Amino acid sequence: MAGNCIRVKMMKGLVFDIRRFTVHDGPGIRSTVFLKGCPLSCSWCHNPESQSGLPETSIKIFPLEGRKFREEEVSGKWMTVEEVLNEVEKDRVFYDESGGGVTISGGEPTFQPEFLLSLFKALKSKGLHTALDTCGYTSWENLSLTMNYADLYLYDLKLLDDKQHFMYTGVSNKLILDNMQKLARSGKRIIVRLPVIPGISDTDEFFSALRTFLGKMKPEVKEISLLPYHAAAANKYKRFGKENLMKNVKSIPKEALFQRKSELEAMGYSVKIGG
Amino acid sequence: MTDRIKKLREQSLNAINRISAERAVLVTEFYETGIDRKVSVPVGRAMAFDHILRHKEICINEGELIVGERGPAPKACPTYPEICLHTLEDLEILDTRKKVSFKADDEVRRIYKEKIIPFWNGCSNRERIMNLMSEEWLNAYKAGVFTEFQEQRAPGHTVLGSKIYSLGMNDLIRQISEEISRLDFINDPMAFEKREELKAMEIAAHALIMFAGRHATELRNLAETETDEARVKELKEMAEICSLVPARAPSTFHEALQYYWFVHLGVITELNTWDSFNPGRLDQHLLPFYIKGLEDGSLTKEKAVELLQGFWIKFNNHPAPPKVGITALESNTYTDFCLINLGGVKTDGSDAVNELTFILLDVIEEMRLLQPSSMVQVSKKNPDSFISRTLQITRTGFGQPSYFNTDAIVQELIRQGKSLADARNGGASGCVEAGAFGTEAYILSGYFNLAKVLELTLNNGFDNRTQKQVGLETGNPEEFSSFEALTRAFQQQLEHLTAIKMRGNNIIHRIFADYMPMPFLSLLIDDCIPNGMDYNAGGARYNTTYVQGVGLGSITDSLTAIKYHVFEQKTITMKGLLKALSADFADFEEFRKELVYHTPKYGNDDDYADDQARLVFRMFFEAVDGRPTSIGGKHRINMLPTTSHVYFGSVIGALPDGRKAGQPLSEGISPFQGADHKGPTAVLKSASKIDHLLTGGTLLNQKFSPSFFEGDEAISKLTSLIRSWFRMDGHHIQFNVVNAATLRDAQKHPEKHRDLIVRVAGYSDYFNDLGEDLQNEIIRRTEHEGV
Repeated sequence: MAGNCIRVKMMKGLVFDIRRFTVHDGPGIRSTVFLKGCPLSCSWCHNPESQSGLPETSIKIFPLEGRKFREEEVSGKWMTVEEVLNEVEKDRVFYDESGGGVTISGGEPTFQPEFLLSLFKALKSKGLHTALDTCGYTSWENLSLTMNYADLYLYDLKLLDDKQHFMYTGVSNKLILDNMQKLARSGKRIIVRLPVIPGISDTDEFFSALRTFLGKMKPEVKEISLLPYHAAAANKYKRFGKENLMKNVKSIPKEALFQRKSELEAMGYSVKIGG
Repeated sequence: MTDRIKKLREQSLNAINRISAERAVLVTEFYETGIDRKVSVPVGRAMAFDHILRHKEICINEGELIVGERGPAPKACPTYPEICLHTLEDLEILDTRKKVSFKADDEVRRIYKEKIIPFWNGCSNRERIMNLMSEEWLNAYKAGVFTEFQEQRAPGHTVLGSKIYSLGMNDLIRQISEEISRLDFINDPMAFEKREELKAMEIAAHALIMFAGRHATELRNLAETETDEARVKELKEMAEICSLVPARAPSTFHEALQYYWFVHLGVITELNTWDSFNPGRLDQHLLPFYIKGLEDGSLTKEKAVELLQGFWIKFNNHPAPPKVGITALESNTYTDFCLINLGGVKTDGSDAVNELTFILLDVIEEMRLLQPSSMVQVSKKNPDSFISRTLQITRTGFGQPSYFNTDAIVQELIRQGKSLADARNGGASGCVEAGAFGTEAYILSGYFNLAKVLELTLNNGFDNRTQKQVGLETGNPEEFSSFEALTRAFQQQLEHLTAIKMRGNNIIHRIFADYMPMPFLSLLIDDCIPNGMDYNAGGARYNTTYVQGVGLGSITDSLTAIKYHVFEQKTITMKGLLKALSADFADFEEFRKELVYHTPKYGNDDDYADDQARLVFRMFFEAVDGRPTSIGGKHRINMLPTTSHVYFGSVIGALPDGRKAGQPLSEGISPFQGADHKGPTAVLKSASKIDHLLTGGTLLNQKFSPSFFEGDEAISKLTSLIRSWFRMDGHHIQFNVVNAATLRDAQKHPEKHRDLIVRVAGYSDYFNDLGEDLQNEIIRRTEHEGV
């Protein structure tokens, strides 16, 4: 055990941000720990700097009275579990009052499986509510190991057609769909998160396939979040010098989104727009 | 709202602020007779009060149900030449200033020139104060170390308790006679002073009954000529009410409101008290009348709402009395800081939220008026539904109501020595000041410029702007060998300068006690009658004098920057820093960028910076708290700026936190503009590191975009945010819903708005982190939301 403790302390994970007062990543007031590195490369990713599993440098501008100071900034910091814990513990009073806690997101958190597991164990040992925001693209072993520690899964479902999935995310969705069904059978609380991308997943075909797929997991999966596409990351693509494939995609009209929402609600799902 | 309320509200909103010479003329007439020289000072003041109420014009607005105006018409604002005398230049400034101007027509100017100025020139209370202050006080005052509240206004800072709802003026007169009859002119050396004060109170009580009677007469006259049957009936009922109250205690909802309103007019006519008096715990005081009215059928909910809305409009008709001199030019608040309290706990400590609380919230939402301002007292005993209803009003973006922590206020007041019951009956007034309503004189004495103390320390006590030695010679800062040496010098300066302020307070208290008693206000605040002592002389059960610290964020960041850059990282020498400051960072831009962006700052839950907030707060507390006042009270601190952080910033050069010369300081206990970038929970955590329970109030502003409040879930999370803050003993929080103009400014000056959070789509983000297109979209959306 002693050896294990030391290992936990020494192990470091690559964290690209810890945000406080995140109110769209699960119940209550939360902090979200973003781990860097992702096996997917979704065209619409709004955290492009989180994809690479290594620290990245970019130029950040510090404006001061019209003058712009340009400085290199490193995105991604190697942190120990204890360092992360110290940071998220700071808002405990807010979690306690609101029924909130800590969400681990990314990138893809399971991309750093050992660190993720150690972090989860540490969070649970402190009595904190935990959520895992995952794309599900990991071995079932990795995912199942988190089941003892994660109170909630925010499970992204991007596309159901495998070819399309491959085209827009760079990987097959087979593993993702399998994992989700296994997870659902285990009885864990899952909120399915659907990025609604104009012309890609905002289609009748997708929603019809979705209904069939989710139908297999009734009654375990009851909650859905629709995440409308937004152009928020345009700036980041520029900063990190990455190609923005979504440049010409417009935001979804509110009415269309509400239409999708009420269709799903009619089927008995509890649906939210936004996290 | 009913048509009548619509019209009255429109009338109030459209009325033009003007200076009325009425009160000045009446008070001058009275003193011209010389009668005051034959009687004691308090009796003279009471007779002047009677003279004004006896002769002032009675104003009854069309359709109104609650009557009485301080001036001859809505927003016709009187002056108080015995306290401070407006010059013709002042009148011109007030007439023409850009914001919140007060029309001073030719007639007013003529009266001032021919009558008011010749009589009062050189002998207003303001001139007496300035003549009697020490040179060190005057130097520090002129350097901008502190302001002085009582220079232009009377120290009336208090709120009414429950007294008038069970006692009429005649009951008070009986109490006074009993006290007079018990005076012992052989064994009590103060017997004469007591008798004169009590006689003065009696005159003032009779004066208010007479004033109400004049309204009754006028209402009957109006009824004679009125053609509308329904209105005739109303006018007769109102006349009846005015002949019953305030002579006796009210017995109906309508009587209670009308009684309070006469009392309100009495207080704000007697002198120009700071801040304006208000009824305090309105949902508590009115509930028995509301229930009784519903039960006996004399009142309906709709009628109660209409009366309350009419009552609201009366407050809005009464802007703060305009100032003189430089303050007239610079200070342009319309609001007179009447702060209605809702919620909290009852005397027995139980949940005080009731049916009327929610009705009053509806009234606040529908009236949407600047005055009276409103707040909710939130105790752990109150239900969440109370907070969520209030948040629905807050999100409409007019800055009201603000949120106060009842459980903290009770503890603050108890620490200061109040009884548990008196503490529970208290609340907050003005901006955020804790007080025991009905039993305490809690006088704000002036803002104190914490950042200026550091500037003086860095200049060995010398003020460059006024070219005077204002502070102590605490040594050449270049010779400080450690950060502790610097903070020791800072503490010496702080103790020296707060002592100057408190010595001044003790002189000014005596001036008001001896020359400007307020017998009418004294009638209302316990225990002035049994003590036979004026409110201004320490007659209240509790007497507190506050010094209000300003610039916590600025001083914390400045000390932190010195610790970090000069003593620890050694990125610059003290000599270099002083050079950068005196150059206002010209040729030091790279260094300034380090200060602004790469130095620990208060507001991010970072102890490295927040430790300096703890330190300065503790030093300020220890320098002031518990020092006696000359009217038998104690000095205390609170942390609020109103708008003084702007003035205080204008008298300070560049600061080590990277702020340039003349720029505003941080306000309240909020971080310096844009210094916080870790979100609201981090701000609250930083701000909780000072011990709020040692103060009599702290002020914290939080900014959100309107969309942030969308949906039940957001409301519930904000409710939790408030609960958490109060669990950490936070005293107050208010939410400013930002408008499109602020967002546009943030586009232009991102460094000032690093704290700005907006809801993007399904999530929220820092405005600064968004691309320009998206920023523009959010600006358009915010405009569309109409805030």
